[in-house]
Amino acid sequence: MCRRFTTVGGLIPPIAGLVAGLSVFHSTQAEYGINFPPPAADVAQEIYDIHMLTMQIATFLLLVVFSIVIYSLYFHRKSRGYPADQHFHNTWFGNWSWVIVPALVLGVDLTIASNADAVLKKVWDVPKDEKLMDVKVTGHQWWWEFDYLDYGIKVESRYTPREQAGDLYLREVDNRLVLPTNTKIRFLHTSADVLHAFWVPELAFKKDAIPGYVTETWSELNREGVFRGQCAELCGTWHSRMPLVVESVSPEKFQTWVAEQQEIKVAAAAEAAATKTWSREELMAKGKALYETKCAACHQLAGQGLPPAFPPLNGSAIVNGPIEAHFNMVINGKPGTAMQAWGALNDLEIAAIITYERNAWDNRTGDTVQPTDVALAR
Amino acid sequence: MSHTSTLHDAPHHHANPTGWRRWLFSTNHKDIGTLYLLFALAMLFMGGASAMLIRAELFQPGIQLLDPDLYNNLVTNHALLMIFGAVMPAAAGLANWMIPLMIGAPDMALPRMNNLSFWILPAAGTMLILSFVVPFFPGGGSQINTGWTLYPPLSVQVGMSMDFLIFAIHLLGISSVLASINIIVTLLNMRAPGMTLMKMPIFCWTWLVTAFLLILVVPVLAGGVTMLLFDRHFGTSFFDAAGGGDPVLFQHLFWFFGHPEVYVLLLPSIGVLSHVIPTFARKPLFGYKSMVGAMIAVGTIGMVVWAHHQYTIGMSLGAVSYFMIGTIIISIPVGLMIFNFIATMWRGAMTFETPMLFAVAIILMFTFGGLSGVMLAVVPADMQYHDSMFVVAHFHYVLMPGAVFGLFAGVFYWLPKWTGHMYDERLGKLFFWINVTGFNLTFFPQHFLGLAGMPRRIIDYNVMFTEFNVISSIGAMIFGFSHLLLLYIVIKTIRGGEPATSRVWEGARGLEWEVASPPPFHTWETPPLIRQEQSA
Ligand code: HEM
Ligand SMILES: [Cu+2]
Repeated sequence: MCRRFTTVGGLIPPIAGLVAGLSVFHSTQAEYGINFPPPAADVAQEIYDIHMLTMQIATFLLLVVFSIVIYSLYFHRKSRGYPADQHFHNTWFGNWSWVIVPALVLGVDLTIASNADAVLKKVWDVPKDEKLMDVKVTGHQWWWEFDYLDYGIKVESRYTPREQAGDLYLREVDNRLVLPTNTKIRFLHTSADVLHAFWVPELAFKKDAIPGYVTETWSELNREGVFRGQCAELCGTWHSRMPLVVESVSPEKFQTWVAEQQEIKVAAAAEAAATKTWSREELMAKGKALYETKCAACHQLAGQGLPPAFPPLNGSAIVNGPIEAHFNMVINGKPGTAMQAWGALNDLEIAAIITYERNAWDNRTGDTVQPTDVALAR
Repeated sequence: MSHTSTLHDAPHHHANPTGWRRWLFSTNHKDIGTLYLLFALAMLFMGGASAMLIRAELFQPGIQLLDPDLYNNLVTNHALLMIFGAVMPAAAGLANWMIPLMIGAPDMALPRMNNLSFWILPAAGTMLILSFVVPFFPGGGSQINTGWTLYPPLSVQVGMSMDFLIFAIHLLGISSVLASINIIVTLLNMRAPGMTLMKMPIFCWTWLVTAFLLILVVPVLAGGVTMLLFDRHFGTSFFDAAGGGDPVLFQHLFWFFGHPEVYVLLLPSIGVLSHVIPTFARKPLFGYKSMVGAMIAVGTIGMVVWAHHQYTIGMSLGAVSYFMIGTIIISIPVGLMIFNFIATMWRGAMTFETPMLFAVAIILMFTFGGLSGVMLAVVPADMQYHDSMFVVAHFHYVLMPGAVFGLFAGVFYWLPKWTGHMYDERLGKLFFWINVTGFNLTFFPQHFLGLAGMPRRIIDYNVMFTEFNVISSIGAMIFGFSHLLLLYIVIKTIRGGEPATSRVWEGARGLEWEVASPPPFHTWETPPLIRQEQSA
């Protein structure tokens, strides 16, 4: 009685899991499903197909194994009076199965490997002798930087806090990676600090961002849309807060976007180059905005930090001490820690951030730092 | 022969210390085996506690219980406790108990070294736990937030807890290498007369291969973490690109150890199954020779496919093709092993006591994990799966059945032999059902999470991943707490129960069943004679 239950029972958990999984899928996961989202590039489609192929082969083999085991569990039981066949391993099958089984498995393996190899070739190497648009993707703790090398545009992309993002929290960013459709794009991946990984499922590839390395991938988007992914290599405290959002637009719209970005860039450069003396209030306002996007992830909005990894700036000895040390920390960072070098910011930006830090919260140095001071300190 | 036994008999009475000395100074394989098993049980509960905290945090989106660094610290700690604290010592415990009994040897070949290899473990375990708790003390630095893979540069940023961890790994490595040497020497030199290598019980074979693997790969890990230590403190830049080093080098060193390590975890349990299934199917193991060949093949090929954990680092096309094909090929010996198990059940007269229930579950679920492994081996598709929850699902489907359930099967199978009492079969079956249901509930949904785009090792996730995480966390609580039942069953069996016969199971074959249950303190002082037809 209890016996019968035990024999078939090995199956119940996986099946129950599957059923539970499928029913949930219909109710709430409809948008994303239980499989990869529909690919947005031809190579991505091939990757999707090879995934489906191996999954189908695996499912088929699983069914074969399950059926044989269940048959045996049911019929070859002592309680049914089945006599053990003491010579089964000495039959011709017993003597030759060590050849037959590997040969069958090899057949399956070769099917998978040959199909995979064909796709791999297309995916792996970036097309040669063609005009490609280059986008350099740099991972930082904990944001992404996109350099459109052909257009001289740089975009910084950070997660959107829950209040603004709502249901898209951890899947939405302030500045998206805008890309044109029907254009071969080469991504150059690298990192400014620790390992990160670029992963947007619709593009169907993942590539690590490794400091000191530049690795390549490529894609050609075949439809417009917004595709969401996130950093896939553990990169420390806020690994969960590095979404990636690709906005795929037509080449015309992309050109408009490029023009806009270039104007913004020119305006910012003009502002920074202006030889005016900035007032404390102007610098504080700019500094606050910059601090909150760039610095607050670690040092926190109120400057309290997250010790011991991220020291507080409120009351910090460096922030309240001689200004040279403060310049040095911001411009050059602190090697071996998460504090990166912020020297790529322009003089105005650094002046604003330092002015803000030295006068915000309980810090009362009263210093006003001008862009020219920063230029001298570099 | 009579000469040796008089020599042995005389010192027995005063050479068997009692109380704590019996354990601390023990050179007896059975006592040391028991120590290993108890240590593993303690670590299983600690590792389990960290896992349940992780799953409790992931029960809902948002950050409720932990903070991100503590979360990552737990992720690291869970893996290391389970791999180095629970599974490897438990397998070594079974080896200590069973190998001498199975090959008709009076003890392990190097009993004093045996004592050392166990007693390094509590020290190593303490270091490991310190690496987790040190950051909570003033001046303790930041927590280890790297995961068990310890990739630099992140692992260079971590505070002093990383140094504790590095030394813990050194100690654990020394312990494993010593134990491996002992096992190899025992198996090669101490077999009863007439037991040729090809008559050796399969459990011994699996440990022979495992021990060789450990000796080959553990030093590579030790070298890797030592270089990390130097980068952290002595100004070298092995892994620092800014100093001319290479962060990817560490990954190669780690996985050169890490991939064979998964077979280290797997093989002893495969060995257990090779005894459990014939016993309860009441017929000999199908394909003894092909089993031996398959495990040697797994060990050998397993040494040269490590970079399938690093498909996304940007290797050349040639390199990834090689690692892909090598990895897919592993399915041949692994498939052969599973086939042999099924063919052993086939046309047998099966009964389903707890060890056999675990064995059947292992065959089904391990096959599942192996098949998802083949999917992961396919490079273009792994560009999607890598570092997602799909990988987490895969390795729990291979490790939990392939290693942990195999150990459970072994414990239930041999517990009557060790204690002289039968365990409570009803409770054993109850444990099996709760445990296996909880396991599947926990890990099956994680495949979907991975495919839908959820990376691994994140403390907080978007609402679209909620449902499967809820199921998974509920499963994890069932799974986790079910182990209290295991603890209860084990304690109950140690304290009493129906007396076990020396054969214990109707279908059991092999030398270990010819000694009394429980076996006397010293066994096989006179080596048994192996009859011609007798083998595993
Ligand atoms: C047919 C057999 C198997 C194949 C083809 C296979 C393949 C793979 C591949 C390609 C990965 C890397 C996935 C990724 O990170 O993207 C992987 C991960 C893993 N596999 Fe397997 N596997 C097999 C069996 C096993 C077995 C038997 C074990 C252990 C008993 C195991 C344990 C693991 C573990 C622990 C990881 C993840 C490690 C980590 O990233 O933390 N696998 N497997
Ligand atoms: Cu591997």
